[in-house]
Amino acid sequence: MEGVIVVGMADLQTSYHPCVLITLGLGSCVGIALYDTVTRVSGLAHVMLPSSLQARNNSNLAKFVDTAIKRMLEEMMQLGAKRRSIIAKLAGGAQMFNFTDMSDMMRIGARNVTAAREQLMELGIPICAEDTGGNYGRTIELHSADGMLVIKTIGHGTKKI
Amino acid sequence: MGIDFNSLNEMEIDVLREVGNIGAGNAATALAKMLDKKVEMDVPRVRIMEFKEVNESLGGAEKLVVGVLLRVTGDMRGNIMFILDYEAACILTGMLMGRTPDENRELDELALSALKEVGNILTGAYISALSALTNFRLMSSVPEIAVDMTGAIISVPAIQFGQMGDKVLYIETVFTEGSTKVVGEFFMVPDMDSYDTLLKALGVMR
Repeated sequence: MEGVIVVGMADLQTSYHPCVLITLGLGSCVGIALYDTVTRVSGLAHVMLPSSLQARNNSNLAKFVDTAIKRMLEEMMQLGAKRRSIIAKLAGGAQMFNFTDMSDMMRIGARNVTAAREQLMELGIPICAEDTGGNYGRTIELHSADGMLVIKTIGHGTKKI
Repeated sequence: MGIDFNSLNEMEIDVLREVGNIGAGNAATALAKMLDKKVEMDVPRVRIMEFKEVNESLGGAEKLVVGVLLRVTGDMRGNIMFILDYEAACILTGMLMGRTPDENRELDELALSALKEVGNILTGAYISALSALTNFRLMSSVPEIAVDMTGAIISVPAIQFGQMGDKVLYIETVFTEGSTKVVGEFFMVPDMDSYDTLLKALGVMR
């Protein structure tokens, strides 16, 4: 594939069209895909935690929902994206282990998804599709050609949203 | 308080490695008894890596593995995780349940339950060695199991580190059962605020 960019854990990447942004093995982390429907500038973040405000060390912006989305928007605008035509898609936020005494830490997947929804709403970016929750991992690919988010799983099929 | 992994000196890393050695040694013995086979164990590695590197370390983020996770509480807290290749998990449970490899190509409910029990016994052996070493009172939770991509499974302990820093510290031990090459990896991931407690109890003052 042309222009494949891999996004690691606690990482974010942005690019011009044409590109495919990929992140592998999302578990409780959430994948936030941003896409400008006009310029086709794309961004993908693999975030671990809902908020930078609760963390002791918040120097890595790509680690948190709030800072990652803002940083990704900035980078995309630098690449010529227009705020008004940016849409979002979410995937991930699973709960991999089913502990009965669930601390907040164990429900982190759901909290990540909620935080991402809230943050995007606050910024006025529409979420046009999501595939979140469940108890399984996901590999996701954002295709800049049409903004398609392809979600691959083990044993739960492949989806395109 | 948390700990800055970059500030760990050689001696502290050696002590953490030794904890892995003794804990895993005990666990390997337990596994050998269960299987009635000889179980080899590598020298534990203490690895400090960035999140980005974690997936690569375990043979790729998308590899199908079985993860058994237990929460350790008491005088120190942390997670213990046992990760096995899917094929290795099939072979291991096959041996435990007296099934031939052909009969056990996939993990059914019974096999998953057997793997949880393996996780339970190994963890019990690991933490009892750790208790003996430190005089800590330690308890482990009921094991939970997941069969999925490495990346997704490893994200669970990694996220806990994410609260505090940008690096992960694993004490990792690889088990091998001679004839069939069942390789398992055993991770101890102390909570951030438990490192100081652990190092102090082991006589390494910080």
